[in-house]
Amino acid sequence: MDRTTIDLWVGVFVALGAAALLGLAMKVGNLTSNKLGDTYSVSAAFENIGGLKPNAPVKSAGVVVGRVTDINFDSKSYEAVVTIKIDKRFEFPKDTFANIYTAGLLGEQYLGLEAGGEDDVLKNGDKITQTQDAVVLEKMISQFLYSKASETDPKTDAPASEKNSGDAKSTELGDAPF
Amino acid sequence: MKSTLLIGLANLLRGIGRRMIERIWRLGAGARLFFLTIIYSGESFRRFHLTLREIYFTGVMSLLIIIVSAFFVGMVLGLQGYNTLQKYGSSEAIGVLVALSLVRELGPVVTALLFAGRAGTAITAEIGLMKTTEQLSAMEMMAVNPIARVVAPRFWAGVISMPILAALFSMVGVLGGYLVAVPLIGVDHGAFWSQMQASVDVREDIINGVIKSVVFGVACTMIALFEGFDAPPTAEGVSHATTRTVVISSLTVLALDFVLTSFMITV
Repeated sequence: MDRTTIDLWVGVFVALGAAALLGLAMKVGNLTSNKLGDTYSVSAAFENIGGLKPNAPVKSAGVVVGRVTDINFDSKSYEAVVTIKIDKRFEFPKDTFANIYTAGLLGEQYLGLEAGGEDDVLKNGDKITQTQDAVVLEKMISQFLYSKASETDPKTDAPASEKNSGDAKSTELGDAPF
Repeated sequence: MKSTLLIGLANLLRGIGRRMIERIWRLGAGARLFFLTIIYSGESFRRFHLTLREIYFTGVMSLLIIIVSAFFVGMVLGLQGYNTLQKYGSSEAIGVLVALSLVRELGPVVTALLFAGRAGTAITAEIGLMKTTEQLSAMEMMAVNPIARVVAPRFWAGVISMPILAALFSMVGVLGGYLVAVPLIGVDHGAFWSQMQASVDVREDIINGVIKSVVFGVACTMIALFEGFDAPPTAEGVSHATTRTVVISSLTVLALDFVLTSFMITV
């Protein structure tokens, strides 16, 4: 076969490959959606971060404003120190609240920021002091059971009210706060 | 009676030992050919048209089979994924399923298996026949190094073609999955792409897939070259070598895939 024809076909082949890689990176991958622009770093300490992972989104009012860059354990205070980077376009007051939420029932965990009311804004290297830990389901269930047990204990001590206490228990479970 | 049993047992052991030694010998000879190929590969870049010609035969000619099979693999993934995901009410995650399984595993692995069948056998048969018709000896007589002139261009052509084919496979597969999920089944167009983009990482998924395909390209091409170079110069020998190329390449690709994945996925 002619050498120029081969060159042409190989050129087409390589161009197709490059286009496929570019398509994978742009359309399938997160190359386009991961852009944050200029950022500033802020840290926050939590007693329990649950399943929060590096690169998890930082959201405020549901909008992604940053990402978790680093998670460390502080061996002095026994707390998890989460470092996040926030896009420079978004400024948050110094008394901003940082919470760890779960997207959906079983989804990934993310960090939610709730703006406070102060005039001073967070700057690079600042620390968010008001934090709320991740909800650990087992902890919540055990707390609930413990509080139930302490409520129902005196009733069972009282005589001739076994039926009532059983009924009350079931309605209380139905009105449970979660 | 007793002596025949002993002789039979001894022959059995001797056979096992001979096979083992032969396997190890082949591994060593293959490794030697690999290093020689690397050493003599300057020629294939100085006279790049030799390599381009081989890219045409291994890469361009494999385009059709790769694209068609990628399309069908993507469509099947779409159908099967939807079937299971809709039971959990999360049929929008079908984009993630199709993209991750293609980019991480199916793209590189299926491409390598097809590549071994389509291009690897051709390489083995060609070199085996060159040896049978004493073309390689003729080259040596003319002071042309057959490794530099025949083996190295084919090796680099395979190594260059494999990642390109694998990337095309993944992309066409995703398009096939899209075609089934969005126009045919009616999954939301925006959710399909945005969920995919949210969970496919460029470095961890796409680049790792490319790394896998380069490794598979080296393995498949080298096995095909070695089998051709090592084939007994008979019609039967070449046919056996071609079969071995497919079998050994497929097993090597699957085993290497496990090793590479275990390196890449940090638990």
